[in-house]
Amino acid sequence: MKTYYDPADLPKFGTISQLQPELAEKFFDWYGAVFAEGALTQREKSLIALAVAHAVQCPYCIDAYTTDSMQKGATEQMMMEAVHVSAAIRGGASLVHGVQMMNKVNEVSM
Amino acid sequence: MALATTSLIRRGSELSNVGVQRQLLQQDAAVLSLPQFDEQLMHSGIGELRPLSPSILQINLGKMCNQACKHCHVDAGPDRTEIMSREIMQQCLDALDASTISTVDLTGGAPEMNPEFRWFVEQLSARGVMVMVRCNLTIIVANPKYHDLPQFYAEHGVHVVSSLPFYDATYTDRQRGGGVFHDSIRALKMLNDVGYGIENSGLLIDLVYNPVGALLPGPQASLEKEFKRNLSDKHNVVFNSLHCITNMPISRFLEFLVNSGNYERYMRTLVDAFNPAAAHGVMCRTTISVGYDGRLYDCDFNQMLEMPVASRVKHIAEFDEAQITSRMIATDRHCFGCTAGSGSSCGGQLA
Repeated sequence: MKTYYDPADLPKFGTISQLQPELAEKFFDWYGAVFAEGALTQREKSLIALAVAHAVQCPYCIDAYTTDSMQKGATEQMMMEAVHVSAAIRGGASLVHGVQMMNKVNEVSM
Repeated sequence: MALATTSLIRRGSELSNVGVQRQLLQQDAAVLSLPQFDEQLMHSGIGELRPLSPSILQINLGKMCNQACKHCHVDAGPDRTEIMSREIMQQCLDALDASTISTVDLTGGAPEMNPEFRWFVEQLSARGVMVMVRCNLTIIVANPKYHDLPQFYAEHGVHVVSSLPFYDATYTDRQRGGGVFHDSIRALKMLNDVGYGIENSGLLIDLVYNPVGALLPGPQASLEKEFKRNLSDKHNVVFNSLHCITNMPISRFLEFLVNSGNYERYMRTLVDAFNPAAAHGVMCRTTISVGYDGRLYDCDFNQMLEMPVASRVKHIAEFDEAQITSRMIATDRHCFGCTAGSGSSCGGQLA
C-alpha cells in the first residue's frame, strides 16, 4: 500500500461484506432507504451528504456525492453553498465554545 | 448566438472517421476489460435482441443545423450540407402507405432547415400519420422565415420535442452555445402562445434533458418537477413532459470523453449500471431509423456509426415490414448508453 486513499477503492465499497455479511447487508439496505425520495427530495439528501462529506473530509464521499448531486440536477452554486454550510457549522462549532471559555474566565476572574 | 464548437469534419478531427470511433468502442485499452453488449445480454438472460413490430419511423432529414452542440452524436452544424431529398421523402411516404407504422419522428440536424420540410410534414399529416419533430427551439427565432413554425406545427398537430439541458443559461449555453438558453425561452413562449404545453389544447411540447458532462441523467420525475417549477416561476413558460436522455459515446460526445480523460470511467459507469428491465424496452425494438440518403438503421446512433440493418432490405425504397422485422438488431458498446440505470430512449427513461 503506497497511499492511504485510492479512487479505485470507492467502487469496492461493497466488498466490506466479505468479513461481516449480515451487518453489511443491514447497513447497505438502510443506506439505500435513507437516500430514497421521502419528505426530502433525493437532490436535497445528496446535497446534505455532500456537506457532511466535507465536514468529515472523506474523499470517497466527496467524489461520490459531487457526481450524485450533479446527476440529481444540483447546480455548482448549490454545491458550493452546501460546502459553506458545512464550513459554517464547523467554524461555528468552534466559536460557540467561546461562550464556554468566557464562562470559565468569569468563574475564575476577580 | 455563438456556436459551442464546430463539426469534427470541419476541424479535420480523426474522429470524423467512423472507423476510428468504432475502433475506440471495440478495441481501445480503456474498454478492453469491459464486456461486449451482446455478451452482457446473454449473461443477463435476455439473449438476442430481436425487433417487435415497428411503430415508429424515425427519419433523419439531414445533418445541417444552426447550432453546433458539444455533445452532438450527429456531428451536425451549419457547415454540414447532407440533407434528405424530396425523392427519398417520397420513398418514405410510399413505405408508410404500405406499412402499419403510425408515428413518424423527424430529426436532424435541425430538420426544419431542409427546404422540403414543410412539404413533407403536410404529406404526412394528410395521411393521418402522427408527426413528432425534434426541434432545437432556437431555429424558430433564427430567421424570420422560421418565425411561423409554431403556427405550422399547431395546424398539423405536430408533437414537438425539444432539447433543453437545464433550466438556466449557464449549463444550457455551455453545451449548446452562447445565447441558446435565451433564444430557447423566446421560442418556448412562441410555442406556448399558439397553445403548446397548455392544458387541454391537445398540442404537446416535451423537453429533453441530457447531462452537461460525463454523468448519467438523474431521476426523470424529480427533474421534471424542478424544470417545471423553475421555467414557470422564472420565465413564465410551460411544457408537458421531460425526457431524460443519456449522452451516447459517439461523435462529439465521444471526443469530449476522450479529450477530458473521462472515456474509461464513463464507459465503466454505463456498463456497471446495466439494467435488464431497460434492455427489454430499448427503442430499437420498435423503431426503424432512416438516414438522409434513405438507408435503414436500427436507431439514430447506429446510423451515425454507419452500422446498417442486418437485413436484405437496406434502403427505404425497398422497405418490406415483414422482412425488416425478422432481422437481428446490430449492437456495439455504445448500446450500454440505452440500458444504463433507468434506461434511455428518444422518449426518455425506460424503466
